Amino acid sequence: MNAVLITLFVISTCWAVFTGHIPESGAAVMEGAEEAVRLCINISGAICLWSAAMELMERCGLSERLSSLLQPLLGRLFPESCRSKDARQALSENVSANLLGLGSAATPSGLRAARAMAACCPQELGLLVVMNTASLQLLPTTIASLRAGMGAASPFDILPAVWLSSLVSQAAGLGTAALLRRCSR
Amino acid sequence: MLSLIPAALLAGLCLYGLFRGVEVYTVLTDGAAKGLQLIGKLLPGMVVLFSGIWLLRASGLPEALNAWIAPLLGTLGIPPETGLLLLIRPLSGSAAMAAASELMAKSGVDSYVGRCAAVMLGSSETTFYVLGLYYGAAGKKPARWVIPAALCADLACFVSSAWLCRVL
Repeated sequence: MNAVLITLFVISTCWAVFTGHIPESGAAVMEGAEEAVRLCINISGAICLWSAAMELMERCGLSERLSSLLQPLLGRLFPESCRSKDARQALSENVSANLLGLGSAATPSGLRAARAMAACCPQELGLLVVMNTASLQLLPTTIASLRAGMGAASPFDILPAVWLSSLVSQAAGLGTAALLRRCSR
Repeated sequence: MLSLIPAALLAGLCLYGLFRGVEVYTVLTDGAAKGLQLIGKLLPGMVVLFSGIWLLRASGLPEALNAWIAPLLGTLGIPPETGLLLLIRPLSGSAAMAAASELMAKSGVDSYVGRCAAVMLGSSETTFYVLGLYYGAAGKKPARWVIPAALCADLACFVSSAWLCRVL
């Protein structure tokens, strides 16, 4: 994060000096900061509303429901770690929280699964990480809020594209993982 | 049809909550308060990163780089305007949000590029952050195939987003 930010500022400033974009760049830094606050205000209503909906999902036990539905499927993807009850539970909690977009619930269970897997099956840990670096979300509420804040006509109309694209990305991640694993063996 | 999703989802959740004996109103307001906290946590990072992204745009560097990578992106079917978003997406979530909202503001939120940016953002994750987080917790180094596979997933996501926004 540090590196990204420092590179961003230093390289842009140097480039602006070399190419003579100095006046615009002076205005731009402050415009950016202003835009960040404006955007935060514009999207905060939608973010709060969806955060409320997520809270309701969690307290209704929807996440646990989904997680027990997912267990058979996960048993196929992660045969070794699913032998331990702990890892299996953490794993299915992670995937169901990811699907529902409950980011705050997904990370702790994911890390619990990662710790359990690190000891017994590092290969499956890799798979879990690849799955988590590709998106699993069914309801991309942050993006919908961003679109609503920007004045989109129908903020959720990107859903089918997001679902399909997530699927493609998961398939590509897991497929490449399987291929490279076989090659490196 | 899709515009029905938010309302139907909320109504359905409320009914389900009632059915499960949850204090629906209290839970919803608790959640909304958490959303406010989230905004509070997000804002400082966004201010700094938006400032950086706007500066980068004003410096003219993305245009210069685009001349290099546009042909490559073109063959993959990805609009060259999203080049900066693609480069930054695996590294920082807030910076990617900044790049995406800049694209939406400039090209129009419902334009092809604006929708493309939204789909790319919505169907990918901050790859390197997740890698660091999980392997940090596990106390191990990733196996050799993990990072290439994760980046492959990102690339597939960007290519398919660009294509899906064109056909859907």
